[in-house]
Amino acid sequence: MTPVEALRIALRVIRRHALRSGLTMLGVLIGVAAVIVLVAVGNGARLQVARSIQGLGTNLLIVFPGSASSGGIRLGLGSANTLTVANAQALRPGPLDPDVRAVSPEVSGTVTATAGSRNWTTTLQGGWPPLASMRDYHLAAGRMFTWAEVNGAARVAVLGQTVAQNLFGSVTPVGQPISIDGTPFTVVGVFAPKGAAGRVNEDDLVEVPLTAAQDYVLGHSGHVQNIYVQATSAGSIPYAESEVGAILLDQHHLSSPAQADFQILTQQNVLNAATSVTGTLTLLLGAVAAISLLVGGIGVMNIMLVTVTERTREIGIRRAVGARRSDLLAQFLIEATVLSVLGGAAGILTGYLASMALGRIAGRIAPAVSGGSVLLAAVVSVGVGLVFGFYPAARAARLTPMDALRRE
Amino acid sequence: MAELLRFERVVKTYRIGSVEVEALRGVDLSTDAGEFVAVMGPSGSGKSTLVNIVACLDTPTRGRYLLAGEDVTRLEDDRLAAIRNRRIGLVFQGFNLLSDATALQNVELPLIYAGRRRGRIDRAMDALRAVGVADRATHLPAELSGGQQQRVAIARALVNEPDILLADEPTGNLDSVSSGEVLRLLEGLHGAGKTIVLITHDPDVAGHASRIIRIRDGLVTQAGPSAPREAAGANRAASGAESGIR
Repeated sequence: MTPVEALRIALRVIRRHALRSGLTMLGVLIGVAAVIVLVAVGNGARLQVARSIQGLGTNLLIVFPGSASSGGIRLGLGSANTLTVANAQALRPGPLDPDVRAVSPEVSGTVTATAGSRNWTTTLQGGWPPLASMRDYHLAAGRMFTWAEVNGAARVAVLGQTVAQNLFGSVTPVGQPISIDGTPFTVVGVFAPKGAAGRVNEDDLVEVPLTAAQDYVLGHSGHVQNIYVQATSAGSIPYAESEVGAILLDQHHLSSPAQADFQILTQQNVLNAATSVTGTLTLLLGAVAAISLLVGGIGVMNIMLVTVTERTREIGIRRAVGARRSDLLAQFLIEATVLSVLGGAAGILTGYLASMALGRIAGRIAPAVSGGSVLLAAVVSVGVGLVFGFYPAARAARLTPMDALRRE
Repeated sequence: MAELLRFERVVKTYRIGSVEVEALRGVDLSTDAGEFVAVMGPSGSGKSTLVNIVACLDTPTRGRYLLAGEDVTRLEDDRLAAIRNRRIGLVFQGFNLLSDATALQNVELPLIYAGRRRGRIDRAMDALRAVGVADRATHLPAELSGGQQQRVAIARALVNEPDILLADEPTGNLDSVSSGEVLRLLEGLHGAGKTIVLITHDPDVAGHASRIIRIRDGLVTQAGPSAPREAAGANRAASGAESGIR
């Protein structure tokens, strides 16, 4: 019997037993689709977190105030106001920190911005001119505020896209007056949309000179919340980190890093911490997917075992008219392969479409179908279909023709 | 005439649990080419075991089975499959058609396993035409009457032009009209020179054969060259015109 012949027989059997074939394929389909969707969700979450951390800026280090030690009592992280504008000044690119490209302190607070009759509650961020570009904001219209405006505490503001939309709608905001918590400012620029990174809408902010934020809106504490430092390249981040550390220790008159009253976080630190969380999530989803794959496989096996009686008689008849064992094995192998491959292909398609649909519905996380998961699911499911589909029939083919015919 | 089939002291024992059952206890028999032989015996006599061995579905425990002079007793599985495919046509009491295949596809089966491709459908159609069910070629077995199903089974048995047509209670599941048709078909095939071995417990059915071999308790009790009396009467009735002339 030629392979073409075996394929024709297998296809006829599959067609004639549509329900049996359909259920077998369904088992494989569910397994494959479940793996693809769940891994895509886990993967999507991981990418989302990574993106939102990348969204902080490019090659950024963020200096946080450390915990305060007061009379032997150590307080928590950020409890101390240890960072000053002077510290930021000291960190500006120079011979001591050749791997630093730009620096900006940051103060921020929640404010209400008003333009005409509209108002919008948003985040006010005060900083230096490089802050926007360090954090990957680009201008859609107008300009960024200048060093001169920082030095002169000019009341100028650059609006995030969300704020611009809510306060001005279709009107061009540049040149318009707004008031921030009652203080009049002039809009000099608008940022291009950056999109939502995770749960934070990064377009919902107003950026003003550090001095203006301190003098007119948030008040002077003499301290800043964070200092953003941008390294010259991804490779120089570790050097920048140690340079920044050394300068700040010197600034704070501390002799050893153990006494540091500040903490430097790099994007890599944050990413690592987040990755370990999303990794756990992916593992959990993967376990659920593995269970569905198993259940699908058991479904396939169930159907095959139920139909094996019927197959035994068929085997007996075929053997009686001259089929060799190898002819029957070829037939069953092709049958199981066709069912598994069709089921697997349908599963990949279903999984892909379901991932897309989920992305549309859930919105927050965009499931990312990974090639690896597709391959894994396909290989495992086709394997399951082959083994569970082929094994019972192959065992029946080993019966003597007489025994096979006698089975009822 | 040439000897086609020969059993030499064939013994077959089955093991059922710890008990050994002797189904055949040393059977000798011989059939020439072109004969129409009926094997008769009550149930439990070893008839079915005999059929299975003749059909190469099973092998003897001891003794020899020669088919056209070739010892097929100890052949390997694939060779036995080839013999079943080309040299023996099997007809069962329960038809044993594949329920998911049409009449034509069922008849094609032996041709497929014989590796024939050219003219396969034509040959299968010819076989169906020869047994008078060509108009049912595209029907599934479930859409056919018992008589029609058995005709399809006979067409399948004949399609590779085997040396022997082995029919195991071919009328056992049929009404008298269909039985008569099937038996007339077998007689016609015999008339055309086909060797036929018919297994039955029914004397009327056996009467259509030219020789009767009786089997009881695993032994052949009578393998006479001529038909016994009661069967001879049936034979005469079947060829009435000829006896009228005498």
